[in-house]
Formats: sequence, structure tokens, C-alpha cells
Amino acid sequence: MTDAYTRFTRSPLGRPLVKRTGLPNPPRLPRHADRPQPVLGPVVVLGASPGADEVAALLLDWGADVRRRFEETSTVGSVVVVLDDLAKPADLGTTVLPLAGAMRSLLPGSRVVTISRPPTGEDLARDAVRGGVEGFVRTLGHEMRKGGTANGIQVADGVPLTAPGVVSTLRFLLSARSAFVDGQIVGVARQDGALPEDWERPLAGRTALVTGAARGIGAAISRTLAGLGAELVLLDVPASGSELSGVANELRATPLQLDVTSAQAGDRVIAFLRERGIVLDVLVLNAGITRDKMFANMTADRWDAVIAVNISSQIALAEALLSSDEPVVGSDLRVVSLASTSGIAGNRGQANYATSKAGVMAFVDALARRLGERGTANAVAPGFIETDMTAKIPPLQREIARRANSLQQGGLPLDVAETIGFLASPGAGGVRGQTVRVCGQNLVGR
Amino acid sequence: MTDAPASPTDSTRTDPGTAGSPRDAVVLGGNRLPFARSGGAYAGVSEQDMLTAALDGLVARFGLQGAQLGEVAGGAVLKLAGDLNLTRECVLGTPLDARTPAVDMSKACATGLETVMHVSNRIRLGQIDVGVACGVDSASDAPIEVSVRLRRLLHRLSRARTPMQRAKTLAALRPGDLAPLPPRNAEPRTGMSMGEHQAITTSQWGITREAQDELALASHRNLAAAYQAGLLDDLVTGYRGLGRDENLRPDSSMEKLAKLKPVFGTSNPAVAEPTMTAGNSTPLSDGASSVLVSSREWAAEHGHTPLARIVDTRAAAVDYVHGDEGLLMAPAYAVPALLDAHGLGLDDLDLIEIHEAFASTVLTTLAAWESEEFGRERLGRDGAYGTVDRSRLNIAGSSLAAGHPFAATGGRIIATLAKLLHARAREKGAVQRGLVSVCAAGGQGTVVLLESDGE
Repeated sequence: MTDAYTRFTRSPLGRPLVKRTGLPNPPRLPRHADRPQPVLGPVVVLGASPGADEVAALLLDWGADVRRRFEETSTVGSVVVVLDDLAKPADLGTTVLPLAGAMRSLLPGSRVVTISRPPTGEDLARDAVRGGVEGFVRTLGHEMRKGGTANGIQVADGVPLTAPGVVSTLRFLLSARSAFVDGQIVGVARQDGALPEDWERPLAGRTALVTGAARGIGAAISRTLAGLGAELVLLDVPASGSELSGVANELRATPLQLDVTSAQAGDRVIAFLRERGIVLDVLVLNAGITRDKMFANMTADRWDAVIAVNISSQIALAEALLSSDEPVVGSDLRVVSLASTSGIAGNRGQANYATSKAGVMAFVDALARRLGERGTANAVAPGFIETDMTAKIPPLQREIARRANSLQQGGLPLDVAETIGFLASPGAGGVRGQTVRVCGQNLVGR
Repeated sequence: MTDAPASPTDSTRTDPGTAGSPRDAVVLGGNRLPFARSGGAYAGVSEQDMLTAALDGLVARFGLQGAQLGEVAGGAVLKLAGDLNLTRECVLGTPLDARTPAVDMSKACATGLETVMHVSNRIRLGQIDVGVACGVDSASDAPIEVSVRLRRLLHRLSRARTPMQRAKTLAALRPGDLAPLPPRNAEPRTGMSMGEHQAITTSQWGITREAQDELALASHRNLAAAYQAGLLDDLVTGYRGLGRDENLRPDSSMEKLAKLKPVFGTSNPAVAEPTMTAGNSTPLSDGASSVLVSSREWAAEHGHTPLARIVDTRAAAVDYVHGDEGLLMAPAYAVPALLDAHGLGLDDLDLIEIHEAFASTVLTTLAAWESEEFGRERLGRDGAYGTVDRSRLNIAGSSLAAGHPFAATGGRIIATLAKLLHARAREKGAVQRGLVSVCAAGGQGTVVLLESDGE
């Protein structure tokens, strides 16, 4: 599914030309199917805190080739930088500078993951260095080569580095499942969650509802969740009924045709689940539309339709399911909602879309607070993903959008789906109200 | 209750749905495509694609992936010669076990009902435990034949041994032979279309334009309300971007219907005042439907709720060629025969589905049952057969609003009625009975009795 330009850069004619002229040279990104092992070894764990020792022990448990220094190895697959004990900006250099000399030894598709604590507003120097880690990670993301990525985990004070949320986030960011996640900081707020017995099937025995499941990213999410072991209820509008039953048949899932913007949508979903005795553990709010137009030409029908589908329907469905007297939702729910990088940075011609998606990010934050012990809510913000929707963008604009990230290429629906699979897993219990970008570190926005 | 039985054989029969039958056949549910107008959303789509999609949706709804069913019975009325094994080919295209047998059937507009009866009879006899009845038609992709002369010439050409013989055969070809024969919507024995036939019947029974328009309007309103209430959520699977029936006009009104010009009986001396318009006649349509039928045991084993029991069926035919009965009047005879066999009358029915080929077909059937003369002379009774409570008639709309892809109509009505009966039986805590009546070309009619205990 590579684009025409990327195919050209890999052709006998294109390869030397791209090298000589310094044109973008998009690297191949291995996905889970290409690299199924959890950690690309050897993995070097930097840091001298007790937390660093715990992380090293954890990686050993996963069967990784773990080192504590760069000296004995000429190549490096992954680096975990444990920074949970920083007190002032001057502390950071001691731990991270050894990595500088090893940057050129990083293998294709390598991973750098930092583990640090978030600023709390209690200590000037400590907050400064904790905040500084973010700039460090984002810069490494830009400087990584050959499909390598750099990401960070921010673990709230009091939450041990062995908490399920930290462990499952680390496992995700080190794996090839996070191929298109770059320059991101994922927060772990609490100790909740439970690690799976089988890391390949963390959703076994759990049931997920996916909206907008008939095609594109929704179909990819459904396939990925099914692969992770989930039972599925797949929802889409009646007009996409045949595509929906096609995906349902492929995955042995239950189709549910419904317009999520209809007034009775919540009641119908509840009635449907109750009739079949289904209890949801995961709710993926993916259904979305675009009606792009410069704001100067914006009409009410375009504005209202996007707001209705992309955000109002999510609120209504979540409200209905959570306030229902029927036991249609499990005791440890995972809500994952689809935002967009357009909602973070804004995007010309997408005032309605960006508004709805920025709304989604605030919505999951609020929902996560409301869920409390009952579960989590998070969002995924895709950047440029190769879908039927982005294929309709005018060619030049599309080409620019595709290259404007650290990995110089569009992501796949699979990449979005993998991140959702991670956030939907029981292990991600401590990850709350976060928006994880799947954008290859898009150059715009936070 | 009725008096004289319709035929001597019926009066001696026991109820085959109870005492005479080893077990019940029950409707578990159905799935159809939204019906499209001819030349509309499904133009250029093959019947095989459409029927496969209808079956795919049923498989998805009931989790039948990889299941081996007893039989799939289906058919199409306007069927291409190359589609001789249409239903089996469709089965092979679905996720059903490829060892599921299939049969193709045909009885004009009653094809769908006949497939339901075929499958349910097999289940009742213990030959199979579960099956699918289905049907498809595409007026947009109706077969086009070549002229008889061209066909004979082409056959002769294929038999020709020498270049000389071939040249001779080809020399016999005339330009006129090359013109294709478009499908004709006419009865072979009268040369008149169904609409022309019905226009005469309508006129004979004195059915007014207003009554027809009212029935058409009710059909659109009822179907629109059924969609609104979610009745069709698990009966219809969207296809090719169409989410609901293309012919449905929720905003239709008597004023709009009154503006339409009559299209049938306009130049027939037997029709004094033409009343049948495009608004109160069902247009040519494309679509496919399917119904899942099983024994009670199979349903219980697989965790499905039976919606309704298929009690019994009757077929009738009228002599519209030599006799003086209307082409579409056979159900007026078949219904009394079916109900008599079960000791029932029209008042014992909780819901009645009379297929709306034309609004006036429904109205002439009702008028015939209300007529003393028809009851005495045609049905052999003491007086009128009875009156249909209109509040029980086609309550979720019918063909005028949904459209009528011939072989797909039976499945649409059976699945919808079964669901309606089940919901009402639950609500009322009493057994609910429903009747389906479908008229067909060739002066035929098939009627079916369903019953639900709501459990």
C-alpha cells in the first residue's frame, strides 16, 4: 500500500536519484506481521534509579537481549531511557548523553522510549526538567532515521513503573505495532489495569463495539481487534449494510445497521445488546465524516452534519450506554474515540472537522474523569492515513501532507487500529483521557 | 366463521400444522436488500450479485459463517438463460458451507412464497432441519433474447462443417434478424399487460381512483413509519449505497397522487374511466430477499427465537383466458380455502398482508369477499365471504411503497409479517395469526398462514 513516490524511491531508477538530490526518502516501516517480537534487540536500558532496574528485569522477562550500557554492542535495536528520578535540568545530561554517541548504531525500525514523571506545579527545577523531557523526545523523533521512532511515557507520581499501564504502554511503544506513532508522550495516571495472560490476544473474552466499521479505518480497527481476540459488534449506517455484513462475515462478528445521529440510536444499541445478551468491554467511537469547505464558504448543512456525526453522536451513545439501567457495559470499560491531527493544529478548509475533533479530545478527557473506577476513555488522532477519504485530496496537497512528518509517508489504517487495540486492552487501565497521535510525528501541532 | 368449504378435500383434512405434521417449521428472521426502482441504484448489477448480497447479510445476521444448511431454495422471474443454477451459484459465493444444496424455483410473483413453502415443507417432513428461502429480480437487467430466426441460424452455423455451408448460412441472415427482442410484460395468451388486465377488473368492480390513491398513500406512510420505528433495522441490509427502499415517498399526499395521469386502461373500451396511475400501481423494481426457516429444535440449539410458525398454504388459479375472472383474482379463492381448512375466518386473523401489485388488486379482492354475489356464485357460500378489518391490513406498508422485484416480494412479506406477529403476540400475551396473499401472472395466487405465540 505504498504510494507512487515511495515506490519510485525504491526503484532502480529512483534510488540513486533520491540519494543524490536529497529528495525525501521514506523508510520502510515494519509492522507487527513483519516483526512480531515485542522488542527489537539488543535493548539498552539507561538510568540508575531503582525504576530502571525494574524495567530491565521486565525486559528480560520478555526474552529481550538487555544491556545497561552501549559499550559492548555495535548495533542497538531499542533504547529505554528511565528518567523517573530527575530533580533539576542539569540531571538529564548524565543519563541521556551516552545515547548521543549510539544514535548512528540504531537499527532500521529502532525504538527509543523515555519513562519520566509529569510536572506537578510543586517544584520549579523538578517541573522544568520533567517538562524538558518532552522537548528531548520530540527532537529525537525528528532525528531518528530508517523508520525508527522516539516516544515517551509520563508516569504520575506514586504510580510504580511496574504498573500495568506503564508495562503495556512500554510494550506497545517498543513493538512494531506502534510503527507510525512518533514523538508522542503517553501519560499513565493510575495504577489500574491488568496485564494479559497472552500478549498476542489481550482482548480474548472481551467484546467490542466499533462504529463506522464497514470500511476504511473502521474495518481495519475491526480486523485488528478481532486479531487481538475480541468478539465484535460492528455498527455502520444502513446504506453501507452490505460492506458491513462483508466485514462481519469475515470476522464472525455481529452487524448492527444504524445511523448514529438518529435520536433513538442509543436506545436501539441498548435494545440490540440486551436482546443478544451482549455486555461491552470496549467501545470504539470511530464513525466520522468530512464535509470540507473554506470557512468563508461554510454552510449550515456541512457544519451541522460533521458536528452531528463526529462528536454529538459520540456523546449521545456514551451517555446512553453509561446511564442505562440495563447491564450492557462491563465493569472495566475501554472507550476509544477517533480524533484527528486537524483537531490539534487546525487545518485549512476543515473548520467544522477540526472543531468536532478538538471536541472529541476534550470529550474523552471529561469522560475519563466521569468513568473513574468504571473504565477509561482515550482518543487516537490519526494524521495522514492512506484511505479512500485521503485519496480524494487533490494530488499536490496530498503529496505535501504525506511527506510532512518525520517518517515522510502516510500511515496505514492498520497503524491507527493497532493504537486503538493498545488503548482498548485491559492493560491500558492507567491511561486516561489521553490523545495519542498516530501521525508519524506530523510537523504541525503539539 | 365461514359456511361451505371451498372444496370437498379441505373439509376432511386435519390441520397439517398440528396433528398431521411431525414437527413445526418456524421463521427465524429474514434479510433483504432495499428495493430499488428499475434503472435506479442497482442498474448494471447482476441478479447473482444481488441475491448473494441478500444471503451474505442473512449469514452475518445469524452467524451462519461456515454452516451447512439443509437447502437454499431461490429463484428469479426474469432470469438469464445462463443463470440456470442461480441459487446454487449464489450459495457458493457466500460464507455458507459450500456443501449446502440449492434449488431454483419459479412461479412469477409468487416465487418467493413458493420457496418459503418448499423449505418449510421439507422441514416439517424431517428431510432438513434448517433452510433458506430466497428470491431476486432485476427489471434493470432483464434478459434480452435474439429473434427466433437468428437463434436458428446461429445453431445451424455451429453445426456447419465446411466453409461453404457456413457462408450459405450467413448469407441467409437479414438485417431484421439482428434486432434483439426486448422482454415483454404481457400475458402470452392475451397479449395484455398485467396492468391492462387489472384495469378491466378494477372497472368491473367499480373501484374508485380515490380509494386506490388512499391505499397507496397508506402504504407509503406505513412503510415510512415502520422504518422510523426501527422495524426494518434487522430485516434490511443496505446495498450499493441504498439504505432504504428507493420507491418509498414518505412525503406523498393525496394531492400529489391526484395529479398523476392514468397509465392503464386508457385505450381499452372495457374500461369506462381509467383510474390506475403510476402512483397507485407498483413500479418495476430490483431487489433480493431471504428468509431463514428451521425446526424448533434447530432454533433452540442455535439460540435463535422463532418469530412465527408457518402453518399452511394454498394455491389457486383462475381462468382469465376463457372464463370471466380477473387475472389477479386467484387469491380471492385461495384464502377462503386455506382458512376453511383451519376452521378460521377473516375475523380470526390479526394481521393481513395482501401484496399490492396494484392498489386496485387489493381493493378488488376485498370487494369480492364483501360481495354477496361473489360469495354465492364463485365461492359457493350462503352469502358474502367476509370483511377485512382495514386496521389489520398491510400495517407496515407493502409493495406500492417498497417496490416489487417479483421473486423477492414473498420473502419480504414473510419476514416482515413474522416479526410483526411475534412482537404483537409478546405484547398481547396471546397467539397472533397472520395471512399472506400474493397474486401472480398466469392467473395464479399463493397464500400462506403464519402464527406466533410470542415465546
